Amino acid sequence: MTPLTPIITAHWDVPDYFTLEGYRRFGGYSALPKALGMDPDAVIGTVKDTGLRGRGGAGFPTGLKWSFVPQNDGKPHYLVVNADESEPGACKDVPIMIANPHALIEGVIISSYAIRANHAFIYIRGEVPQAIRRVATAVREAEEAGLLGDNILGSGFSLRIVVHSGAGAYICGEETALLDSLEGYRGQPRLKPPFPATHGLYAAPTVVNNVETITNIPWIINNGVEWFRQFGTEKSPGFKVFAVSGHVARPGIYEAPLGITMRELLDYAGGVIGGDGTVKFWIPGGSSVPMLTADHLDTPLTYEAMAEAGTMLGTGTPMVFNSTVSVVKAVTRWLEFYKHESCGKCTPCREGTFWITGVLERFEHGHGTDADMDLLVEVCGNIAGRSFCALGDAAATPYPAALKYFRDEFEAATRTPVDEVFPPAASYVFSEVAAR
Amino acid sequence: MAYDESVMAQMREIIERYPNSRSAVMPLLHLVQSIDDEITPEGMQVIAEQLGLTTAEVTAVATFYTMYKRRPVGKHHIGVCTNTLCALLGGDAVYDAISERLGAGHDERDADGTFWLERIECQAACTHAPVMTVDWEFMDCQTPQSALDVIDRLARGEEVVSTRGPVIRDFQATEHTLAFPVDGLAGEGGEADAIMLAGLTVARERGMTAPAPGEGPA
Amino acid sequence: MTIAPQSPTEVAPTDLVTVSVDGIEVRVPKGTLVIRVAELMGIEIPRFCDHPLLDPVAACRACLIEIEGQPKPQPACAIAVTDGMVVRTQRTSPMADTAQEGVMEFLLLNHPLDCPVCDKGGECPLQNQAMTAGRGTSRFEEEKRTFEKPINVSAQILLDRERCVSCARCTRFADQIAGDPMLELLERGAKQQVGTAEDEPFDSYFSGNTIQICPVGALTSSLYRFRARPFDLVSTPTTCEHCASGCSLRTDVRRGVITRRLAWDDPEVNEEWNCDKGRFAFVYTYEGRIASPLVRENGELRPASWPEALDVAARGLAAARGRAGVLTGGRLTREDAYAYAKFARVAMGTGDIDFRARVASDEEAQFLASSVAGMPLGPTYADLDRAPVVLLVGLEPEDESPIIFLRLRRAAQKKGVRIVSLSPVRTRGMDKMDAQWWACQPGGEAVALRQIAENSADTLAALRQPGAVILVGERMAGVPGALSAAAELASSTGARLGWVPRRAGERGALDAGALAGLLPGGRPADDPRAREEVAAVWGVEASSLPTGGRVGQSLVDAILGDTSRAEREEERHIDALLVAGVEVADHERAEDLRRALSDVPFLVALSTHHNDVTEVADVVFPVAVVAEKAGSFTDWEGRTKPFSAAIHGAQSVADGRVLAMIADSMDVTFGAGDVASLRAEMDRLGMWTGARPAAPSVAPAASDASGTVALATWRLLLDAGALQEGEPHLAATARPTEALMSSETARSLGLGQAGSVTVSTDHGSLELPLRIADVVDGTVWVPMTSEGSRVLAIGASHGTRVRVTGGTA
Repeated sequence: MTPLTPIITAHWDVPDYFTLEGYRRFGGYSALPKALGMDPDAVIGTVKDTGLRGRGGAGFPTGLKWSFVPQNDGKPHYLVVNADESEPGACKDVPIMIANPHALIEGVIISSYAIRANHAFIYIRGEVPQAIRRVATAVREAEEAGLLGDNILGSGFSLRIVVHSGAGAYICGEETALLDSLEGYRGQPRLKPPFPATHGLYAAPTVVNNVETITNIPWIINNGVEWFRQFGTEKSPGFKVFAVSGHVARPGIYEAPLGITMRELLDYAGGVIGGDGTVKFWIPGGSSVPMLTADHLDTPLTYEAMAEAGTMLGTGTPMVFNSTVSVVKAVTRWLEFYKHESCGKCTPCREGTFWITGVLERFEHGHGTDADMDLLVEVCGNIAGRSFCALGDAAATPYPAALKYFRDEFEAATRTPVDEVFPPAASYVFSEVAAR
Repeated sequence: MAYDESVMAQMREIIERYPNSRSAVMPLLHLVQSIDDEITPEGMQVIAEQLGLTTAEVTAVATFYTMYKRRPVGKHHIGVCTNTLCALLGGDAVYDAISERLGAGHDERDADGTFWLERIECQAACTHAPVMTVDWEFMDCQTPQSALDVIDRLARGEEVVSTRGPVIRDFQATEHTLAFPVDGLAGEGGEADAIMLAGLTVARERGMTAPAPGEGPA
Repeated sequence: MTIAPQSPTEVAPTDLVTVSVDGIEVRVPKGTLVIRVAELMGIEIPRFCDHPLLDPVAACRACLIEIEGQPKPQPACAIAVTDGMVVRTQRTSPMADTAQEGVMEFLLLNHPLDCPVCDKGGECPLQNQAMTAGRGTSRFEEEKRTFEKPINVSAQILLDRERCVSCARCTRFADQIAGDPMLELLERGAKQQVGTAEDEPFDSYFSGNTIQICPVGALTSSLYRFRARPFDLVSTPTTCEHCASGCSLRTDVRRGVITRRLAWDDPEVNEEWNCDKGRFAFVYTYEGRIASPLVRENGELRPASWPEALDVAARGLAAARGRAGVLTGGRLTREDAYAYAKFARVAMGTGDIDFRARVASDEEAQFLASSVAGMPLGPTYADLDRAPVVLLVGLEPEDESPIIFLRLRRAAQKKGVRIVSLSPVRTRGMDKMDAQWWACQPGGEAVALRQIAENSADTLAALRQPGAVILVGERMAGVPGALSAAAELASSTGARLGWVPRRAGERGALDAGALAGLLPGGRPADDPRAREEVAAVWGVEASSLPTGGRVGQSLVDAILGDTSRAEREEERHIDALLVAGVEVADHERAEDLRRALSDVPFLVALSTHHNDVTEVADVVFPVAVVAEKAGSFTDWEGRTKPFSAAIHGAQSVADGRVLAMIADSMDVTFGAGDVASLRAEMDRLGMWTGARPAAPSVAPAASDASGTVALATWRLLLDAGALQEGEPHLAATARPTEALMSSETARSLGLGQAGSVTVSTDHGSLELPLRIADVVDGTVWVPMTSEGSRVLAIGASHGTRVRVTGGTA
């Protein structure tokens, strides 16, 4: 049984842990002087050696990303933290920002030092003011304590952090759309190349990292490569802030090594509630990754094992659905989301999500046809790999996966409205929720 | 133009945060929304003037993001997540209950213009489903009854506290926070709630800890 | 598509890469986009957002192709070729073919398919590509997206949003090319649409280009909407008659009437753009035309037959031989201007000829003779692209030569060309070109230029760099010493000097000899060899050619019998005038000219429309508008661009032919006067290679501090010009008529921040709204010839001292 390993979350029950004082009481900001005493390249090297992979969904090696930033190029460099957590199912960065903002700030300072950035931005989605005020206040506290600003701790390194509020656009989680948004444009993705590492914010070298990724950094600096690599697997080293949601007895944040299985997480979360007590389908890391079934509960939650199972680890925030749930309805809602959030830039995503949603809504009302089922496969195929960015690919993901495991439900929806087959009230969790 | 000197000073302060003034567009839009309760053509024009942009360039940004409203929102913005997970776990019922009570549908207001109702997308709080927001502050783990209770208390002017945040103020106050996020309220809401502590609690119960090398944040 | 001509030697072999497209290997310059390579090979890849003059955006996804080694299809419009790249287009790759078909299906989902009532039908890229690459039937059964239609994004441009495919060509043009981002993508996702802000229409001087590059029928013009089908139109390549930028255009004619004009591709000049004046100002070609010759009888003009009118004109002009003058205006084709230049000398026996229907001076005439007339090509547009620095002297390109503006803007943005503008006003146009503003009082330009030469080592060093360019605008003719100083600065630094007149025919008229003192080809009229050369071609005795001649004001003075102001004491009276398309109001002393036209004993007018000249003429001949005749214009660079008639079979006659017929009636040997023979003569003459007169060395005028404020003025691109008449939608997009002043000047005059001001001279006053702007102190700027602001009519021009008071006079 893989044990839980509270690290980032270890002190979240401390009433003032989100303050500078509380964070410092448990060793906070002890990694900073250590890092500032290292050569920036050594910091990059350490992060590279840990094999830390981006926790925002794509899993790109963080140290490698940092090493792409050209040095001594005479240009300003920027670190931009992607705190636009908006993917359906993803709910681990917002808790980190609310409960542990100073670890994020400490990580930002160290990471900025490594990539020689004197200006960092934390782009937080606008719909979470509590996370925004906690992070912004943490920045203010750190400034007042001399941990931010000019000549930090006498190191000669200076850094300003700006907390930037978004305004409601899932697409801004795409790193180049985020940069355009941060520059004051519509948040539409940019053509790559050039990549942000050389032409990012204000056309200067820029690293964009996820909140959880950056929050890992103080622990890595303090505890070293070997300590970090004892968690997880060779290709998926480290620990992960998992967020388990859906039809489980105790939804919430579970921090554990990568490689833990869904069955183990379910056990910690008190098992499946409602329906016949089994998992009908679950999604390992956000609606953009293909769904899995009860057959995959023992597959390790690692980048590589999830890929082998035909899905992705994504954000590592599993959503669990019980037997009462209509997969047709679930997929329709996700597609409505992608249609609402498509930025409009490219044809396949803009028009494709519009089309699929219309057809799925017919299925929901029992008016799908057999031909529609094949048509949707084709339409998804015409989006996947042809859209400008990954949002289109994501939108093309839920339906084919759902069809693969639950074709019969779509067939039924050619005759009967889904609410008749799956009465919505059966899925509600109000009695459990009222007790929380 | 409609804004007084204190607002103009706040605009300048926001603009100064950024190496490139255009980056200030979004916080400036939050600021004017905190004053006007919506994004008005005049508000966009003032921002355009401050940043040396055309009003069309500001309009292009303002119309891209869902949180900028082009009709007055009213005192409170009520969001109900009806994305898949929240909807299935009861969000649809919560939404229907509120909609019926307010006599308003998606992106509509109740008769006296106090509440704006919106089906919102995933709020990064799936562990706390079904999720509602009041002026974008979390009102987690709702049932139709609890949600209606919140609406009723707000309507009566009673104090309502966010489940993970401060006492509910109003829509415009939150918009001001988004422009000036150090709002003195970071201490509200306290430590992580039981759901955020779920794993830590189980770990404690089962005596699980991460191997620590003995220094730093352990 | 625009591909600048490129000789093979321009690309070093090391910069070539080998790529394979559909199995065919080609060598192309490294970095060429795949879609361009395919074009060069004749392989057509579908595209909507791609435009060779806009930055790649890869948004529409219509051009997806396969690149070996890439798992997903790639946008051909955004992928630069690398050595060894293997590309497969839809012709050889099922992956590319399926991807393109899928995108085409998506594009048509929400498209209304209203081709039968759409202006674009018949020339529509979406329609064409749907026919070649689309499915026969739609699989889309849901409800289409609809919008309220159409909306005006400006008075001229209409938008049917449901037709839009969100390719963003129009918005990118507005932002990247014109620098007028008032047209933007609004909303998001499936609701994304093109639009403007409330109360901020897309009033760009270049707005019409968006219609042309729209790959569907989403953008249309008020002027052309629902007027014609493309296949009913007869198209002719033409050269724009509206300014000296030299744009290549395409003129589309339906049953003898122009229905629209498009920018045509000239990579060396306008690329694929033009301004809205060139595009939309053509209603004059069919409205208010003079139908037949007119002869004055008992004080009234009456229609006359051609033989009668020719006879009256011939007798009148013959009687005044040697005592006659010619005013041609700046709008003639090069061939017609040459006909006047020749007719004046051989038929009228006079050298008194001037093409400058505007503020002009003897200093300018000397400057033109020394530095411009008959000179070879250059500086050119390409020189602007390559220049280390471009100094603008009294020239506002966005208003006065819009293609120079576009070229300079791109040069500054893409190539870092430094632009400096010596001007009394910091304009929006300067900001769009990232130009440095050198503030200068109107009238103070000569002194400012001399100060550069004397005190500004930095600037001198910049101008000494190879390729530096100085461009002077036509308003410098009214500033004593300015052209002298510009010529001096150019010759002392080695910078190339370009003279940028506004009107399309000015440079051609100058080269053709339609200016006293100059024979065709820039030949000095007093140079014996020059006279011999011209006399030989004209078949006359060299001795019969007049030597000098009077220009501009002296000519008017001669008619009025007032020679006190004339520099040369030539007592000859003017007893007859031959006047072409001249607006009296364009002259510096319009009232004097008006009086002279009334006073002169015999006046012949050749004109397309009635105006102040025909009103008092003794004989009026109707002539062809530019669109009805062949000819050529020489642009500011000195580039001659010939064109043929766009309107075939028009009954009208070109000026040159009319002059030939008059000459015939006078028994003067002149030639046929048709374009071919006029051109042949000009070609035989060629350009002067001999010595030229010295550049002028006029001293700057002493600073005149009398009055209160110096007046700065130039003509806005869209104004009260005669050729813009009859097109209210175009006029509605013009800049507002307003006075500009610095806040300091307004304050010192006791004026508020806004409200209206009265600008007055002893001859009249103008009342305009005041706007505070970046204007050099002690100066007021007003538009020169706009409705409500006719500066010349109050006896003022650039540099005049005026009084400015608040409110109404």
